[in-house]
Amino acid sequence: MTASWAMAVLVLGPLGGAAGAFAFPKGGRRLAGVAAVTAVLALLVLAREVVTNGVQLHRVGGWSAPLGIDLRGDGLAVLMLAITALIAGAVTLYAPPYFLPLAGAESRDRERWFWPLFLFLWSALNALFLSRDIFNLYVTLELLGFAAVTLVALAGKREALTATMRYLLVSLPASLFYLMGVALVYGQCATVDLSLLAAKAERGPVLWVALALMTGGLVAKAALFPLHFWLPPAHASAPAPVSALLSALVVKGPYYILLRLWFEAFPALMTPAVAQGLGALGAVAIVWGSIHALMQARLKLLVAYSTVAQLGYLFLLFPLAAVREGGWLAWNGGLLFLAAHACAKTALFLTAGNILQAAGHDRIKGLDGMTQVLPVSAFAFGLAGLSLAGLPPSSGFAGKWLLLSASLAQGQWWWAAVILGGSLLAAAYVMRVLSHAFTQVALATKPRPLPAVQEWTALVLAALAVGLGLAAQGPLDLLRLGAPVVLGGAGP
Amino acid sequence: MNVHGWILPGILLSSFLTGMVIFFLSEESHRLRTWLNLLGAGVKLILVGALLQGIYHGQGYSLELDFLPGIPLALGADANSVLFVTLSTFLWFWTTLYAVGYLEDSPHRSRFFGFFSLCVTATTGIALAANLVTFLVFYELLTVSTYPLVVHRGTPEAMRGGRIYLAYTLGGGVVLLLAVAWLHQLAGPVMFRERGVIEGLVAAHRGELRVLFLLFMLGIGVKAALVPLHGWLPKAMVAPAPVSSLLHAVAVVKAGAFGIVRIVYDVYGVETAARLGVLAPLAFVAGATILYGSVLALFQDELKKRLAYSTVSQVSYIVLGAAILGPLATIGGLVHLVHQGIMKITLFFGAGNYAETLGVHRVSELNGVGRRMPLTTAAFTIAALGMIGVPPLAGYITKWYLKKGAITAGAEWVALVLALSSLLNAAYFLPILYRAWFKDPPAHWPHEHCFGRLETHWMLLAAPLVTAALVVWAGVFAESSFSPLAWVKLIAAREYGP
Amino acid sequence: MVETGFTVYLLAGAGVFIIGFHALLAQAHLLRRIMALNVMGSGVFMVFIALSARTAGEAPDPVPHAMVLTGIVVSVCATGLALALADRLQSVTGATELEGGPAPGPNAGSGGEESHP
Repeated sequence: MTASWAMAVLVLGPLGGAAGAFAFPKGGRRLAGVAAVTAVLALLVLAREVVTNGVQLHRVGGWSAPLGIDLRGDGLAVLMLAITALIAGAVTLYAPPYFLPLAGAESRDRERWFWPLFLFLWSALNALFLSRDIFNLYVTLELLGFAAVTLVALAGKREALTATMRYLLVSLPASLFYLMGVALVYGQCATVDLSLLAAKAERGPVLWVALALMTGGLVAKAALFPLHFWLPPAHASAPAPVSALLSALVVKGPYYILLRLWFEAFPALMTPAVAQGLGALGAVAIVWGSIHALMQARLKLLVAYSTVAQLGYLFLLFPLAAVREGGWLAWNGGLLFLAAHACAKTALFLTAGNILQAAGHDRIKGLDGMTQVLPVSAFAFGLAGLSLAGLPPSSGFAGKWLLLSASLAQGQWWWAAVILGGSLLAAAYVMRVLSHAFTQVALATKPRPLPAVQEWTALVLAALAVGLGLAAQGPLDLLRLGAPVVLGGAGP
Repeated sequence: MNVHGWILPGILLSSFLTGMVIFFLSEESHRLRTWLNLLGAGVKLILVGALLQGIYHGQGYSLELDFLPGIPLALGADANSVLFVTLSTFLWFWTTLYAVGYLEDSPHRSRFFGFFSLCVTATTGIALAANLVTFLVFYELLTVSTYPLVVHRGTPEAMRGGRIYLAYTLGGGVVLLLAVAWLHQLAGPVMFRERGVIEGLVAAHRGELRVLFLLFMLGIGVKAALVPLHGWLPKAMVAPAPVSSLLHAVAVVKAGAFGIVRIVYDVYGVETAARLGVLAPLAFVAGATILYGSVLALFQDELKKRLAYSTVSQVSYIVLGAAILGPLATIGGLVHLVHQGIMKITLFFGAGNYAETLGVHRVSELNGVGRRMPLTTAAFTIAALGMIGVPPLAGYITKWYLKKGAITAGAEWVALVLALSSLLNAAYFLPILYRAWFKDPPAHWPHEHCFGRLETHWMLLAAPLVTAALVVWAGVFAESSFSPLAWVKLIAAREYGP
Repeated sequence: MVETGFTVYLLAGAGVFIIGFHALLAQAHLLRRIMALNVMGSGVFMVFIALSARTAGEAPDPVPHAMVLTGIVVSVCATGLALALADRLQSVTGATELEGGPAPGPNAGSGGEESHP
């Protein structure tokens, strides 16, 4: 009962906040703050329920599957909700001072639309992580897409609008592919509920086609190579807090759905070919993204390409978790890595936003000495970079260690090479930026002072990315609740 | 964690907290910063003293924190740790004092001392690590905390040196990570234990263990400056002298050598390693490094570069000691951990004094410094003679044990290498001493600073004098029960004992 | 017969979907691409409706109907968003096509100074 209320608040709270912020633009910030606090409280309640009483199920309207919509809170869902709340909370703190210095009507407009869209995004994410059937996942995915796309367009400039259009023209057909897959699944199995599908699914041509369609669509939305081309322009031209939300959270939604599909609903259909194929694309993404990050002239583009690379690691989870022995290690590693990436990437984008506001540009070559003015931001960038490069004791390291252990245990040593090589590449592009922190240069232009909140939010998140490595046991224990059967878990 | 385990994180925190606070101090708070630095170093010294006291009375110390699934972060104080931690703590105190004096009027001192403290924290962590993963954590932390020190000056050469430094050390780190993960795959969580932990695996995984050994040596060998992985060391000379002394005497290179010691003694176990046949190649590489470093040192005119190549050579004595089976060689190698530390740091302190006081960076400019700066040059002389192996100084003790150990183990060629090395050491140190004492000084020094009555700033003078005194004491009083040698004999007894 | 009809509509729906997708990739003008998206959507909905008729001899399955209704709502919103965006793009930049063609390479949109996003 308590859990049901918590779940309802998690979805409806931010949604109500969004409606309120839309109707009363002046109160946008305050409503966002209230919504954020409410959502976090609801999350804590839900987490406590899940930890003490196990997986929680809520049947919306009392209708059970296959007719009704189920909301389910298991370990994975709670973890994703927690990451969302953390990042969204940080953005709630960061955004007001960020939008403040903009002059005139443009600023008021931008902030005015930011809050409803942001809260709407948060609500969509919460709904997505709690959904239990693949059609509801489609709906929440679309809602997420709408909010994300519109947030990118907030910047209003030519570059942002073009990037947004490109994003939309990839996102919408991808959703339709996914929906077509849902249709075929329904036609074959007469249900869309994940748990029921797990019982009914068998190998056959219809399900193969359906999964191919769904995976294709989700992979495009998750920006896996080669369908990643829309991500760098979109994430780079959006305002800094939006970029953070996009890289840390929005692309993780489709990834989450992929995990649910392949490990819970259709594990029988996961052949080595599929798993290795996804892993191979992930490996290419790591190399491609890192190399392009090294080639960028602008900081935000470097960070955006870094996202492409780091998302590649998440797809290494497929070949490694598909094998029974060591599969659980890989599952833990991939999800820990996801959490690490969310914190670190947010910190990076927020830092980039700080630099952009202080210096007026984000050219990497022009960053010399900037960090003497923004030492806190530089330190945040360093810590976040530590996690990205997988240096201990950060959570990035812990995630990579688990993936590495899994690949060595299974004899899939080629993934080990990819993981290790990727670490070095990440270190390379992080150092490319950080080395400018130490060069001795007199500043040409006087930088504008920044509100402390902006720098400190970035630092706290970066510290979390590192510190989570030391406190990983809690989240990992959480993941055991409701873990997929194929990994040795108790199942739904 | 047992009741007394709190002293271990205390030792780490004394420098970590100092560093964190110093980061936030403004540039202008000189006195506060100096006091904090010395306070942190002092507290650490006291805690390590208490630790020594406890170990001497048979007290055990350990602490475990949850980290990776099944693998905790484990701190402990076994005989090897205590050796290294005492060395680093003691030398840190004097290096801090030296650095404060050296960097007066330098920019970014808060940043420097912040990372300086972090570097010491990492080194202490390496010393106190009780399992392989904890070792790895602090090992990488050392890389991260020393980079800002290397590039401190911010000049293009400094940045270049820093890039090369990172390329080598991060590359080594990745290889080490692979080795550690792989070993854990085979053996489960690896705690350090005397005589090693992998004995049971030898039968089934002989080949793999050999490859793993190679990977370990590659990964750690970068920091230990084994040829051909030593390339970063001369380039890192762009760092300010206190950094060079720290890097070379105490932190990075010593940590690398310590790591090799740990792998050979406490992971593989020296007898198991000998049976696997991996010690011979290691001895060979160490021997090659000893000679290579010495030869290259001959051709360097820049004093710090000459000392850098000398370090490359001398640290391999430790590796050599580890690579030869037998308690005498072990004793020689381990005691050199301490001896090389104090000798080399004295030399670098001296080099720093010459640069800071007189603007002298090259050997060719050293004519007559003995007259201008007699105390510094006296310290330098003692350390140099120690390096050559002149009795009764510290270096002589090392070479004696290594030679004896090599002959006992049947590796006569090692004795030859050691003899050659001593000759080469003489070849590149004696000319310096000759120039310093017996040649006439030039009319003007390149860039002279006057410091009143003393030949140089008192902080720059105190440190080398203390460490030089230690060089003498470690040699002359080697057979007493308060010398590094006594402690090392204890370690060897435990490694080879019944 | 119901069965034959069901298969025909199923295949027709798939066909419409494919035609729409092809148009999305091949056409350059934004309005046409948005229309192509709508066509794709209609294809998916046709498939859903066809599936509701797969229960031969009984009443049609209402669940796909509900899904289609939801899908139509979502599709309308998506179209509205896309059109508004296309309109804005045209008024700010004057372009009615995305530069770089239908499926551009990885460096698209990466140029230019960004002073304040």
